[in-house]
Amino acid sequence: MRIRLKIWRQENQQDPGKMVNYTLEDINPHMSFLEMLDTLNEQLLQDGTRPVEFDHDCREGICGQCGVMINGRAHGPLANTTTCQLHMRTFTDNEEIVIEPFRATAFPVKCDLKIDRTAFDRVIQSGGFISVNTGQAPEANDMAIGSPTAEAAFDAAACIGCGACVAVCKNSSAALFTSAKISHLVLLPQGKIEAQERVRKMVDQMDKEGFGHCSNTEACEAECPQQISVLHIARMNYEYNKAQVLKK
Amino acid sequence: MLDAKIPGGPLEDKWSYYKAHAKLVNPANRKKLTVIVVGTGLAGSSIAASLGEMGYNVKSFCFQDSPRRAHSVAAQGGVNACKNYKNDGDSVYRMFYDTIKGGDFRAREGNVYRMAECSANLIDQAVAQGVPFGREYGGYLNNRSFGGVQVSRTFYARGQTGQQLLLGAYQALMRQVGAGTVQLFARHEMLDLVVAGGKAKGVIVRNMDTGELERHGAHAVVLATGGFGKIYYLSTLAMGCNGSAIWRAHKRGAYMANPSWTQIHPTSLPQSGEYQSKLTLMSESLRNDGRIWVPKKEGEEREPNQIPEEERDYYLERRYPAFGNLSPRDIASRAAKERIDAGYGIGPLKNAVYLDFSKAIKDQGEDTIRKKYGNLFRMYEKITGVDAYKEPMRISPAAHFSMGGLWVDYELMTTIPGLFALGEANFADHGANRLGANSLLQACVDGYFIAPYTMANYLADEIKAGPIDVRDAPFAAAEENVHQQLKRLMGIQGNLSADYFHKTLGKILYDKCGLSRSKEGLEAAIKEIAALREEFWQRLYVPGGYAINTELEKAGRVADYLELGELMCYDALARDESCGAHFRVEHQTPEGEAMRNDQDFSFISAWEWEGADKPPLLHKEPLHFEFVTPTVRSYK
Repeated sequence: MRIRLKIWRQENQQDPGKMVNYTLEDINPHMSFLEMLDTLNEQLLQDGTRPVEFDHDCREGICGQCGVMINGRAHGPLANTTTCQLHMRTFTDNEEIVIEPFRATAFPVKCDLKIDRTAFDRVIQSGGFISVNTGQAPEANDMAIGSPTAEAAFDAAACIGCGACVAVCKNSSAALFTSAKISHLVLLPQGKIEAQERVRKMVDQMDKEGFGHCSNTEACEAECPQQISVLHIARMNYEYNKAQVLKK
Repeated sequence: MLDAKIPGGPLEDKWSYYKAHAKLVNPANRKKLTVIVVGTGLAGSSIAASLGEMGYNVKSFCFQDSPRRAHSVAAQGGVNACKNYKNDGDSVYRMFYDTIKGGDFRAREGNVYRMAECSANLIDQAVAQGVPFGREYGGYLNNRSFGGVQVSRTFYARGQTGQQLLLGAYQALMRQVGAGTVQLFARHEMLDLVVAGGKAKGVIVRNMDTGELERHGAHAVVLATGGFGKIYYLSTLAMGCNGSAIWRAHKRGAYMANPSWTQIHPTSLPQSGEYQSKLTLMSESLRNDGRIWVPKKEGEEREPNQIPEEERDYYLERRYPAFGNLSPRDIASRAAKERIDAGYGIGPLKNAVYLDFSKAIKDQGEDTIRKKYGNLFRMYEKITGVDAYKEPMRISPAAHFSMGGLWVDYELMTTIPGLFALGEANFADHGANRLGANSLLQACVDGYFIAPYTMANYLADEIKAGPIDVRDAPFAAAEENVHQQLKRLMGIQGNLSADYFHKTLGKILYDKCGLSRSKEGLEAAIKEIAALREEFWQRLYVPGGYAINTELEKAGRVADYLELGELMCYDALARDESCGAHFRVEHQTPEGEAMRNDQDFSFISAWEWEGADKPPLLHKEPLHFEFVTPTVRSYK
């Protein structure tokens, strides 16, 4: 198949950047989207042009490093799918595909489609953990945790930290990302002890990083590759309010 | 002479004895000591976090944009631990025995026993961190079974066990970063090791965003940089996985052990075209319920569901009735290759076999199967467009895990004092074949429970060393070395991409140093790789500049692969026997099973770098079996 591409090119963080057109002939529909970009880059390299920089690593949908806006949608047209798991059979012959980086104040563009998502790491640093040192753990089966609870915690913990939720949100809010971690940990008995401090610190850090507020449009859930539910945002708000009320 | 420093005494007392006698660093002195940890997967994050908690100054480096991306994240099926929660006869000894037998009696008894011994603690630690392992309805932890064992000792978090364990370790690491004990350097790639006075004293890293080279000094350096299976280009690994950190340490004097022992995973998705960049793994756990078969008729053209039961060859069940579809990975991969090579392969390229769930769905219901493997079936459908609840999956063997790696002693220290290698980056615990769900285990126990003790034993003598000055000559020389190599790569200005060389090398290695190896093939491969390397240094083209430049990153890694690949062939050639994943066609039974030669090859091959224009030098560490008797490894 033939593909017409419009790709965001930006030399560095200071460069204003612009869209550039490329055409690829003979694209195999079974190629993944990133393999299509590999093919483009091989062509650019042969022409002596600088290839397009894009984030990716595992290419099996779990590392969370890939992610671009494709025709205005985070990770492209398929529901609950990372960019690397998207295949060219999803597109039609001679289709125009517009590719841009995830955009948010807290995610500056570094080069072309590569962005800086270290804000997420700092949100986790602020409290997204259970404070247990190596060696302190008791016998695992001393604490029975019902399977539904463990499964609910898993659903939240499945977040891959790709940032699609932020990119698709009109407020660039990181509420889904942050709440997924808060939910994961607060649902488990071993995570309850630090619940109040955790939620306060993580919400504060989220604000400091320049993420916007959640206004409940739920676009994040629609675009999340891991189908993380917006109900976690409700739980975060509940936990936050509780923590503020009970604050000494 | 290589000394593994295994403590004497009974097997079950070795580690306790070591811990009771190892030197300690008192809490006040720990903050005077700096440790560099390269890599943030399970091994890297866990050691960095653990050392930070103890009060050392830690610098943690990774090439990804966040430590949470490290490839441990992709491990699906589970992590083994000896808890005997199933009351099915498990014990530390049995786990040790399964592992050493699974590795075809090519690993050290002391190391393997220690891994089994520490396994239970890991589950406790992970649960305390909040890892949501699968549970039974009564609320207790659940287990599944994995290849090569007859008990259920695999803990899992759906099909994302690696992700959940890594997030536990990552969160522990982030907690230390927040607390200021660990300094984090993401998007920094280690390009050289600094050795001063015979000891590892630091690293040269490149900031991949700015292109600047940086010097970092430390009292000890840990490499937890994972495996190098990506050398085959097509593999189950992430695109960025590489062997550069360990290779550059090798060139500074660290020996490489058993580098050719690569696990080819039996259940990955088959290659479908030349453009392909990656072979996605489908978890081994699927073999708990999936049955592997090929048609009995050569060149069968019918769709799988059209082929009646009696015309299907369930070759694993036929050849290995005791273990059947849960035969170990090397055996399952080789059996698949045997059928594919004999003309029974399926799919458009005739390069795959079927993994069929119809019986399990009939027996247990689709909902049960969906609950166990739903995410894997979804992933399969995303990639192939096929619904595996309705027709069998197509699977094929793919390069996966490096059993080989940097040689380490019982303390996980390499031949360079002060340089430690943890997790897949070392060679230590899996022998010639790793059992499923033992890689997460090894990475975690190395980082959480072993290195914190063994590193203290080394660091206790480094307190007197004082701060490291990165202005010293060895740092300047190492930085200049890196600078010159980068300049050389950029300066070739040929017309071929790094990927071209990587793919060509991968093909050579798959054909001649992959699932089966022969003397002629390996000798030819050594020549072909040398020629390819020469072409690389004449015709490579790296566009762009020194700042963000993926092509430059790839070029450096491929340059290392072109040397490491050659060493793998030397290693496979020198080991004139078959064992585990290392299958020399000259040494097989009439039924096509690997034939070991304990008389001549019961040793670990440790290779020393002798310079670019000289062949590598082989050192042998003999393996002593005091507690088990190596037997013919049978799964029939």
